[in-house]
Amino acid sequence: MRPSPARLLNILVPVKRAVDYAVKIRVNPQQTGVDLNVKHSMNPFDEIAVEEAVRIRERLSKDSEPVTITALTIGPTKSVETLRTALAMGADSAIHVETQESASSPEPLGVAKAIRAIIQKQESVDIVIMGKQAIDDDFGQTGQMLAGLLGWGQATYASKVDLDLVQKNAVVLREIDGGLEQVRVKFPMIITTDLRLNEPRYASLPNIMKAKKKPVTRLTPTDLGISFEPQMEIIRVTEPPKRIGGAKVESVDELVEKLRAAGFTAV
Amino acid sequence: MGKYHGKSTTVLKPKTTQEVSEIVKWCNDRRIGIVPQGGNTGLVGGSVPLRDEVIVSLSNMTQVRSFDPVSGTLHVTSLVYYVAPHNHIMPLDLGAKGSCQIGGNVSTNAGGLRLLRYGSLHGSVLGLEVVLPDGTILDQLTTLRKDNTGYDLKQLFIGAEGTLGIITGVSILTPPAPQASNNVILALPRFENVLPLYKTVKRQLSEILSAFEFIDRTAYDLAVKHGQGRALSEGEVEGAQCFVLVETSGGRREHDEEKLNDLLESLLEADEPLINTGVLAQNPAQFSSLWALREGVTEAVSKEGKAYKYDISVPLSTFKECVDLTRERLRSKGLLNEDQVKAVIGYGHVGDGNLHLNVIAKSYTPEIQDALEPFVYELVASHRGSVSAEHGIGAMKTHALHYSKDEVSIAWMKKIKAIFDPNGIMNPGKVLE
Repeated sequence: MRPSPARLLNILVPVKRAVDYAVKIRVNPQQTGVDLNVKHSMNPFDEIAVEEAVRIRERLSKDSEPVTITALTIGPTKSVETLRTALAMGADSAIHVETQESASSPEPLGVAKAIRAIIQKQESVDIVIMGKQAIDDDFGQTGQMLAGLLGWGQATYASKVDLDLVQKNAVVLREIDGGLEQVRVKFPMIITTDLRLNEPRYASLPNIMKAKKKPVTRLTPTDLGISFEPQMEIIRVTEPPKRIGGAKVESVDELVEKLRAAGFTAV
Repeated sequence: MGKYHGKSTTVLKPKTTQEVSEIVKWCNDRRIGIVPQGGNTGLVGGSVPLRDEVIVSLSNMTQVRSFDPVSGTLHVTSLVYYVAPHNHIMPLDLGAKGSCQIGGNVSTNAGGLRLLRYGSLHGSVLGLEVVLPDGTILDQLTTLRKDNTGYDLKQLFIGAEGTLGIITGVSILTPPAPQASNNVILALPRFENVLPLYKTVKRQLSEILSAFEFIDRTAYDLAVKHGQGRALSEGEVEGAQCFVLVETSGGRREHDEEKLNDLLESLLEADEPLINTGVLAQNPAQFSSLWALREGVTEAVSKEGKAYKYDISVPLSTFKECVDLTRERLRSKGLLNEDQVKAVIGYGHVGDGNLHLNVIAKSYTPEIQDALEPFVYELVASHRGSVSAEHGIGAMKTHALHYSKDEVSIAWMKKIKAIFDPNGIMNPGKVLE
C-alpha cells in the first residue's frame, strides 16, 4: 500500500487554526459558540508538531536522509495563514482542504477521515505528527481515531521522539499519569505531541519570504470523497458562573460563625 | 535597586486630596520636609527621603473619578488597567507598569515605550489637581484639549518631581486601543545601519509604527542569559552587532500586515541589505516573547550586578560612540573585569533619541563612580544632549543639571521653586541643589 522510496522519510503534519490562547474567550449572544472575531493562530500543540518535524529533518539531514514535511489544514479560506506559518517554520509544501466559512467546525471523526483520505492520496506518508488536542474544542481524539482508521501504531502525548530509520521505528517517551512511558512503534505511525516535546522557533524573515513561494494544494471535501456533516449538535455554550468575591471578618468568632452558617462543621 | 536608602521614620497615607492638603499645610507651618511617593519605582532617588522628611504616600488614592469613552479622557488618581475594557489604552507604557502610579509618572514626566507614537505627557495630560506647598489645592482638572487662557501652569508640575507640589489628580487623554499589533526583531550587522533603517521603517510604516527600540549585542546577550524571552536561533544572531525591535499597531490587521510584509521584503531584497535577518512574531505569545527581550534588559541588568544607569538623550548617530567611549574609559582605568565592571551596555528608544547607557558592576565603588562621573556627563554635554532623558534628576543628578541647562535656566528654575515653596519643604534636595 505504501511503496515509499528507499531512504526517504515523509512526514505529514496536520495543523489547525484556532482562537489564540492569549485571547479572552467570550460566548456569543446566541449561546451557540464563542466569539470568533478575534485573533487566531496555530493551535499550540500543532506548532510543537511542526517544530518536531523540522527538528527531525535537521537531525537527519546530517546523514543526508532526505525528509519531506507536508503541512495540512482543514478550514475556511483564512486557514491558509496557518499553513504559511507552518511553511515559514520549515514545512516543504502544504495542503488546504477548504470548507465553507459558515460551516460548523469539523468533528474529530470527520477530520480523521479527511487525513486518511489525504494519506491514501499521497501513498507515502511514514509518520503523522499532530497536536494531542486543539485548544478550542479540546476533543483530543483525532490522532487516536486516525490510527484506528488506518490500522497504524500510535504514540500519544509524546515528550521525546527518537527515530531509527534502519529498523523503521520510533522510540517515543510518553507523558502519562505519574510519570513517563517509553514505547517503540514501527512505521507508519501517528505521534501526538505534548507540551514538553519542544519549544517552537520563531519564523525567520528569509523563511517567511520563502514560504510565500512554497506550493499549497487546494482541495475540497468532495475531492476527497468525504463530508464533514456533524454527528453532534451543540445545544448550548455558557460561561462559567462569575466568582463572588470574599469578605473580611473582624474576629475569629465571626469567622467560626460564618463557617458554621455555610455548613462547615468541626471534624 | 538598593542604591538609595531612606532615613524617614514616618509615612502618611492620605485617602483624599483634602487630607493631603491638611498634611502639607501642617508640615509647612512647622517647616517639616515632605517627600511625595507614588509607586516608588523611580531610578534616580526622587522619591526617597534624604534626611528625616515625612513621606506622603499616595498609594491609597487609587480611585478612578470619571471616564468619557467618546473623547477618551480619564481622571485618575492612580491607575491600573482601568481603560482596557473600554478599548482604550494609556498613552504611556513603562517597564514598571505593574507598580508605578500615574501621579508619579506625571511628576517625573515618564517617557517609556510608546512615546514615539503618543508623544510626551506634556501633550497627553489635559489637567492636573495639585496640592501646593502651603496646602492650597490648585484645581486645573479640566479635560479640554484646547485651552489658551493664560499661562499653562500644569506644565510646571509635569516633570517637577514633586518639588513644586503633590499631584493628587490627573486627567489624561487615552488613545483608542489598537485593534492589531505586530512586532519584529531585526538583526543588524553594523550599528551604522540603525539610522538608515529607522528612516526606511518610518517612511514605509508611517502611521502604524508604534515602537522602534534598540538593543546592542551585549544587552541582548544579557537578556538571553537571564531568561528574558525566547532567544533567536544561533544562525540568526550570528554576526549581529545590534538588534532593533519594531512594533506596529493599527486599526486593521490585514492592512498592517501588508505594510509590514512589504517593508520586510524590501529590506531583505535590497542590494545592500541593512539587516542580516530577523524574526516576525506569529502569535501573541511570540509577540510578548520578543518584547520581553527588550523590556527584560532592565531586569537582566539588576540580576547581573549593581548598575550605574545613565539615561541620556544624544543624537542617534552617537549612540554607539557613547557606549564605546564609556567602555574604553573603564578599560583604560583597569576597571573592566569580572570583579569590577562586568559589562557596559546600550539600549533604548531610537525613535526618541534616548539611550540607556548601563554600566554593570559587581558592587558600587568610588573608583567606578569617579571613572564614570563627570565623564559621562561631559560626553553628553559635548553632544548638546540631556543627562536625563526620561528618568529625571532626583537626588542622583542634581549636581549634573548644569551639563544640560545653562546658568540662566537654572536661576529661573530656582526662582520658580522659591515662589511656590518659599520654605523649601517640598521634596528637599531633589532636582535643584
